[in-house]
Amino acid sequence: MLEKTIIEQLEAVAGKENVLTGKVDLVAYSYDATADLPRQVPDVIVLPTSSEMVQQIVNLARTNKIAIYPRGAGTNLSGGTVPLKKGIVLSFQKMNKILEVDAANLSAVVQPGVVIAALNSAVAPHGLIYPPDPGTVATATMGGSAAENSGGLRGLKYGVTKNYIMGMEVVLANGEKVRFGGKTVKNVTAYDFSNLFVGSEGTLGIITELTAKLIPAPKFRRTMMGVFKTLADAGNTVAGIIAAQVIPATLEVMDRMTIRTVEDFAHIGLPTDAEALLLIEVDGVSEDVVRAEAEAVMQVVTANNGDLKTAETDQERDQLWTARRNALPALASLNNTVVLEDATVPRSRITDMLIACEAIGKKYNLTLGTFGHAGDGNLHPTILCDKNNQDEMGRMHKAVDEIFQVALSFGGTLSGEHGIGVAKMKYLGDELGQSGLNLMRSIKESLDPEYVLNPGKMVPLREV
Amino acid sequence: MAVTKTYHDDLAIIREELDKCMKCGNCMAVCPVYGADKVETAVTRSKITVAEAVLDGELELDDPQVSEMLFNCLVCKSCMTNCPTKVNFDRIMLALRAALVRKNGLPWLKRMIFSTIKHPKLFDAGLRVGAAMQSLVFRGDKSGKAISPRSPFALVGSGIGFDAERQLPGLNVTPLRERVPTVVKVNRTAAKMKVAFFTGDSLNYFYPDAGMDLIEVLTANDIEVHIPKEQSCCGVPVLVHGDIDTVRTLARNNLDTFDKTGCEYLITGCGSCGGAWQHDYTEIMAADPVYGPKAEYWAKRTYDISTFLTRVIAIRPPKGRVERVVTYHDSCHLKKTMKVFAEPREILKSIPGITFKEMTAPDTCCGSGGSYVLSHYDTSSTIGRKKIEDINRTKADTVSVGCPACMMQLFDNVHRSGEQQEVVHYISLLAESYRREQVSSSVSR
Repeated sequence: MLEKTIIEQLEAVAGKENVLTGKVDLVAYSYDATADLPRQVPDVIVLPTSSEMVQQIVNLARTNKIAIYPRGAGTNLSGGTVPLKKGIVLSFQKMNKILEVDAANLSAVVQPGVVIAALNSAVAPHGLIYPPDPGTVATATMGGSAAENSGGLRGLKYGVTKNYIMGMEVVLANGEKVRFGGKTVKNVTAYDFSNLFVGSEGTLGIITELTAKLIPAPKFRRTMMGVFKTLADAGNTVAGIIAAQVIPATLEVMDRMTIRTVEDFAHIGLPTDAEALLLIEVDGVSEDVVRAEAEAVMQVVTANNGDLKTAETDQERDQLWTARRNALPALASLNNTVVLEDATVPRSRITDMLIACEAIGKKYNLTLGTFGHAGDGNLHPTILCDKNNQDEMGRMHKAVDEIFQVALSFGGTLSGEHGIGVAKMKYLGDELGQSGLNLMRSIKESLDPEYVLNPGKMVPLREV
Repeated sequence: MAVTKTYHDDLAIIREELDKCMKCGNCMAVCPVYGADKVETAVTRSKITVAEAVLDGELELDDPQVSEMLFNCLVCKSCMTNCPTKVNFDRIMLALRAALVRKNGLPWLKRMIFSTIKHPKLFDAGLRVGAAMQSLVFRGDKSGKAISPRSPFALVGSGIGFDAERQLPGLNVTPLRERVPTVVKVNRTAAKMKVAFFTGDSLNYFYPDAGMDLIEVLTANDIEVHIPKEQSCCGVPVLVHGDIDTVRTLARNNLDTFDKTGCEYLITGCGSCGGAWQHDYTEIMAADPVYGPKAEYWAKRTYDISTFLTRVIAIRPPKGRVERVVTYHDSCHLKKTMKVFAEPREILKSIPGITFKEMTAPDTCCGSGGSYVLSHYDTSSTIGRKKIEDINRTKADTVSVGCPACMMQLFDNVHRSGEQQEVVHYISLLAESYRREQVSSSVSR
């Protein structure tokens, strides 16, 4: 419990209506979308409405050695917003204004609480889009997704959040506010601060404003689905599409387990004897180019023994997407705990990774389905288990350990888009080695020596 | 005497439903209360987390903060349409509210009101006194169709929206069911079919004209209409407050009453009433050997008037011109519970003279939520204002809707921030077209 005087000071800074301390409030901010993590209630939730307010709160917290946990919509999948050390949850839901849409400079300036979909609605009349599209676009905030460097389905062609953040305002742990970057395409002034703070998961500073890059919305698209009898055929198709010099906007894969589960769940006529399914979408501003790309993709699918389906209308496109859209809901319906990983491998190792995940599921006698972004090597091995079954939860933990080991052995990485948070912190050394861990710690401690900002995430706390 | 035991009777039964929630937060995209309040306690996944904390003994169900949070929900079911794992949140909410009532009883005011609803004659008498007394508390507008609180009452009521600006439908001195015989026969020809009309309290007491229009439309389609006098409230207003005993009493009375009509179809003009017959009665009676099967029987035979006209029979195409620019608001219970959204639009678009304008997000809640508008007036108004902005942008002169509770909310809000659009039940526009047909044909004759 914080002293009453601290709460009063917070109320004086943020206004009484923006400081929440009720028992129910505390429970409501004690978790995020990560499975298999214990909840932890904070001492207080503060909803700032300006960056000056954030500075004052940071100063108050640092002086009194209170942890601060910045939070957007709390939809991350790595425990990034769980207030492990209690303290203050800083919720940015009320800093949700789009400050400027500058079509001439293909950019927008937003407060961190703006929901990604809201930005896209605001720029759509200008014929523009903000491309990063994590599964949570309709809820996740710009600040949260920048802090987590979230990806999405369009990563292969359009990149991820870090490719679209041009500038920022950040409040540092020492209470100073710093602005860098801006609307210019080129900017090599000083260190590349944007790329330091994007993906820092709130451990280095608190994002209070963002300048986002926009691009013209693609005008044409074609959607196709290929169903394969062997994983090798599917893997060769992915390689073949890239070899044909087509970069699809979407290139999604589902394994046998996922296909069967989706079919049982949604009855959409998927062949349950198939080993893999690819959903492919090409898009662009030129109809001719899009058509040519679609034809090239169709040839590759057919040449690799794929059963091809194409969509001519929006309705047909929607039908093709139904399978992919239902992947997570269908798997999730199998049990009460959904452990969704995002181990990522070089594209050329996708087939190996799918085979390895299936084998790991069998080895530990777990229900495991894999789907994900085949185009960029980012897979979602998903384990469905019963939180009340200790033995099964134990086997699940072992399986997750092994999935990461395999991904790293293929030259891959622990996390393609969900981040490290608490959930994957213990594996960091496996990928970075001791020198990498040392670098992490020296960056953390140079910016936040007292571990005020999101303590217990990314960089382990020092043993006292 | 009830042998039933459902999630309404035992909170532990709801655990399985809670387990389905992944806490992904997709509910945040659509929850109107969260959209207005911007705090996690407003949204579904946090209410589920709090419910888990209650079942685990971490929080007490009757902690004032817990019960306050429980009632800060419109039960609009928007979250359920966006839930990847299909959590039946309405069940969770009703189970919690019922458990709270079991633990602490009903607050005295609710107890008084609900016990009256259980006795239709008493309720009827009460509303009649209300109708007679309303001129003391409310002043009428020039048309006589609306009332607003008079000054001393407006002062007292300003916190909950009963300020002098508040517009409510006038309580009609003659309710719908007294205006019509128990059986309304078809003129001239032989009836094609007979149906039973469940009026619900809102059409009976607040919007009897819309109820009359509904009957008129049916008879114009050669359908005989049975309107049993013994029918009572559908029970939804009581169900959402957790008073399960009263809902079961009402449901049993209604099931018995409609069994006696010998009709094969039950028609509603309100999404909440229709939803009660299609879903709630089967759930609250799930373990009742007598009333369970009765509820199942009627669930399959209940239709919103628009579905009945366009899917069960072939509607007589309207020919009379109705010169209006019309938009349509999807009531939550009509769209999300009864899955009715295409049919009213088909009907409206088939009426000559009507220019139909779709608003942005027509299925976003209007913020009524039955009594929510009274208990949470500020949040309700924030939600209502957004709805009116969407309506204003259509430039429509008429807002049509299929649920009386939304009619009340929209009626008040078009007056506050709208452009004085007329708010009508969509069935009244069809009735208007049929009536104009007769006028023009008699003129030409």
